[in-house]
Amino acid sequence: MPVETKAQSKHRLEHVEMRQIVKRFPGVLANSKVDFDVRAGEVHALLGENGAGKSTLMRQLYGLYKPDEGEIIIDGNPVVFHSPADAIRAGIGMIHQHFMLVPTLTVAENVILGLTSKHEPILDLDTVSQKILELSRSYGLKVDPAAFVWQLSVGEQQRVEIIKALYRGASLIILDEPTAVLTPQEVTDLFATLKHMVKEGHALVFISHKLHEVMEISDRVTVLRDGQVIGTRPAKEMTRNDLVKMMVGREMKQIAPQPIRSGPVRLKIENLHTMGDRGTEMLRGINLDIHGGEIVGLAGVSGNGQRELAECLSGLRKVTAGRIELDQMDITSLPLKNRVESGLSYIPEERMRDGAIREFSVQENLFLQDHASPQFTRGIFLDFPRMEAFASKMIREFTVKTPSLDTPVKNLSGGNIQKLIMARELARHPKVLIAAQPTRGVDIGATEYIHERLLMQRDAGTAILLISEDLDEIRTLSDRIAIIYEGNIIGIVDRNEATVEQIGLMMAGISMEEAVHHSA
Amino acid sequence: MNQVFTLGAIVGILTSAIRLATPYLYAGIGEAFAQSSGVVNLGVDGIMLISAFSAFYVVLNTGNLWLGLLTAILVGLVMGLLMSLISVTLKAEQGISGIGLHMFGLGLSSLLFNVLVGTVKTITGFPSIKIPLLGDIPIVGEIFFNHSILVYGAFLLVPVAWWILDKTSWGLRIKSVGQNPAAADSLGVSVDRTRYISVCIGAMLAGVAGASLSISLLDLFQDNLTAGMGFIAVALVYFGGWKPLGIMGGALLFSTVNAFQLWMQVLGVNIPSDVAVMLPYLLTIAALAVTVNRARQPAALNKPFERGES
Ligand SMILES: Nc1ncnc2c1ncn2[C@@H]1O[C@H](COP(=O)(O)OP(=O)(O)OP(=O)(O)O)[C@@H](O)[C@H]1O
Ligand SMILES: [Mg+2]
Repeated sequence: MPVETKAQSKHRLEHVEMRQIVKRFPGVLANSKVDFDVRAGEVHALLGENGAGKSTLMRQLYGLYKPDEGEIIIDGNPVVFHSPADAIRAGIGMIHQHFMLVPTLTVAENVILGLTSKHEPILDLDTVSQKILELSRSYGLKVDPAAFVWQLSVGEQQRVEIIKALYRGASLIILDEPTAVLTPQEVTDLFATLKHMVKEGHALVFISHKLHEVMEISDRVTVLRDGQVIGTRPAKEMTRNDLVKMMVGREMKQIAPQPIRSGPVRLKIENLHTMGDRGTEMLRGINLDIHGGEIVGLAGVSGNGQRELAECLSGLRKVTAGRIELDQMDITSLPLKNRVESGLSYIPEERMRDGAIREFSVQENLFLQDHASPQFTRGIFLDFPRMEAFASKMIREFTVKTPSLDTPVKNLSGGNIQKLIMARELARHPKVLIAAQPTRGVDIGATEYIHERLLMQRDAGTAILLISEDLDEIRTLSDRIAIIYEGNIIGIVDRNEATVEQIGLMMAGISMEEAVHHSA
Repeated sequence: MNQVFTLGAIVGILTSAIRLATPYLYAGIGEAFAQSSGVVNLGVDGIMLISAFSAFYVVLNTGNLWLGLLTAILVGLVMGLLMSLISVTLKAEQGISGIGLHMFGLGLSSLLFNVLVGTVKTITGFPSIKIPLLGDIPIVGEIFFNHSILVYGAFLLVPVAWWILDKTSWGLRIKSVGQNPAAADSLGVSVDRTRYISVCIGAMLAGVAGASLSISLLDLFQDNLTAGMGFIAVALVYFGGWKPLGIMGGALLFSTVNAFQLWMQVLGVNIPSDVAVMLPYLLTIAALAVTVNRARQPAALNKPFERGES
């Protein structure tokens, strides 16, 4: 049953155009004469490699940046946005690549923030909660208005972001990589919501690096490369390969790793237990051996202990019971720094929080841990020319897009930060590598490159634990696949031993024997 | 020693504790507004001093207490605008600009006092008002219901500030720019404007705190009248976990210990007065070390905001 929301009472946007948009940052031409438009009732996907200028373009449409040149035209009238407040008033909403929520406030408080309540100055959260629940019901966005945002999973946080936009009566909604942080099930739910919104006459801009998603949801596709529009096409007329060619200017290689003979056990995990942030036990006796020269993929629905396991292994979280061995050395209670010195590398899932220092430069971030290694020191001094040469090489190899080595990391695009961390961790030629969601938010060209590097590292004898929510990624790269469920490894299968369906069943908690039985 | 614990002494101690909590309450709750929005104002003490002098000087010359209070508030506002300009618009390091503001207030109040007044003079401050009925209750009435209007005002401020911060859309905006300015900005909340307003509210309350000393509690002015009270008020904000009720708890704890040591001195209990004077400060440090709840600390405290950095 439709409810009386602002979305329906407010004037609907029919056609929003951006014409000849130019945006420069120091040393970067982020957008160069970009034309882009979106109409009511369509999903227009925006594609492009990391740093192509997608977020920048949309931030101008949302009033966060001012275009250096060009204009924005809404239903035939040129408009100028001085701040997001103007864009919101014009009926535009944006779900940001990095969520814009205040963790210490409740869902309802986050939604009402910046709006005037009916009983100004009193907040009147009851009315707000009521309306949130109505929106929640009619768009299938399950949230609890009274919950604090810090208590929510990423999926829930995203629903709050969408409700924020709908609550403001947004008729055009920009979604900047909304699926990067979601589980497959959550993506399905999100798409159902988005389709419902389009049917109601909302206009949507959808940014993603996952081509099958783009093909599924969008009506038109625009590809950006180096800040320029390569083309705008109806999605129906495009194949996956067409899109790839437009994005990276070449076709992709198919990765088919050759299984190699693995060496001795390098990482041994015995009966590992730990507590989660909310005080419940998240790991309940994990046993796993990883040999040198093999990649073990950890598959599972998010929230089953993957993050906690990665944090225990890297030394960020305390182990309550059990044992971790690296090359037969007990590292269970070793601090992070010593683990790194013992040959452990960690690519964290929350790269903005755990992987990089935003205010530091690209070069400084590359040397966060290795600054004292003899390779880069002369006596007690750092060998700067040498460090610089090394940093330039890494940037080139990993195609990190940055104006200079001195640029602060916070000015890089999301995917480029990930490539930077990857470069740093792999350059050390670790004995054991923990890679958590290594290609999340990374474009397909770079994903291919990261996959190649992981395999090279494997072939060089590193033991690799690959944690990913992308089952395709796990199946392409892993020699063995371990399935985690509620803090236990409930099955380990060889790459070709199990079908996707069987793995899917095990991810839902069904044991290996039963899973085989089910699908047989 | 026994005489310390007579009924009369205890009532006396508690009565002065209530009185002495006044400047901490105004200044501390004011600082809570500034800090909730993400700005640490270490200049509170300087604002208190210069406002205390202004209020005193106006009352000395006109005899009009309300005009004195108003002057103190206006002076606080000017100082608040100055602090905002430096730390919000110009994005200077907040700690440094606060200390600068403190030095400025300290120096200017001393200079004006020496030039315009010269010697310590007393004035007639706000009188005590006995609340009908409640004031007649034995003991309780004396402790709680026989104070000047500024003392009552300080305690009334506690629920009012709680209501503003937790129940109004204003308070929501203040807290959001202190916790995640980028999020607030993305919803069209002006981060700078909100911080200006919060810092200025805080500074005006620091002005009232100063006036409460010079024209209500002590009825005089002298060099460095506050003796660091403003800094204690800043500490109380941390102690109280950025909540008005918590700040009141801290203010009362501090003022009670202070009143206790004053009485001991008055009664000639044999401890060195320097040690006695230090007691409340030591207590503050100890209490701070034990209780500070970082979880509630505004995440953007001390961080200037610039758009497009996320
Ligand atoms: N605030 C800023 N200051 C300086 N440079 C910036 C800023 N924001 C973006 N850039 C630069 O502009 C370019 C485009 O960045 P943008 O974030 O738009 O890329 P993107 O297409 O969204 O990439 P991704 O897929 O990685 O999110 C990049 O080279 C980036 O480093
Ligand atoms: Mg982006």
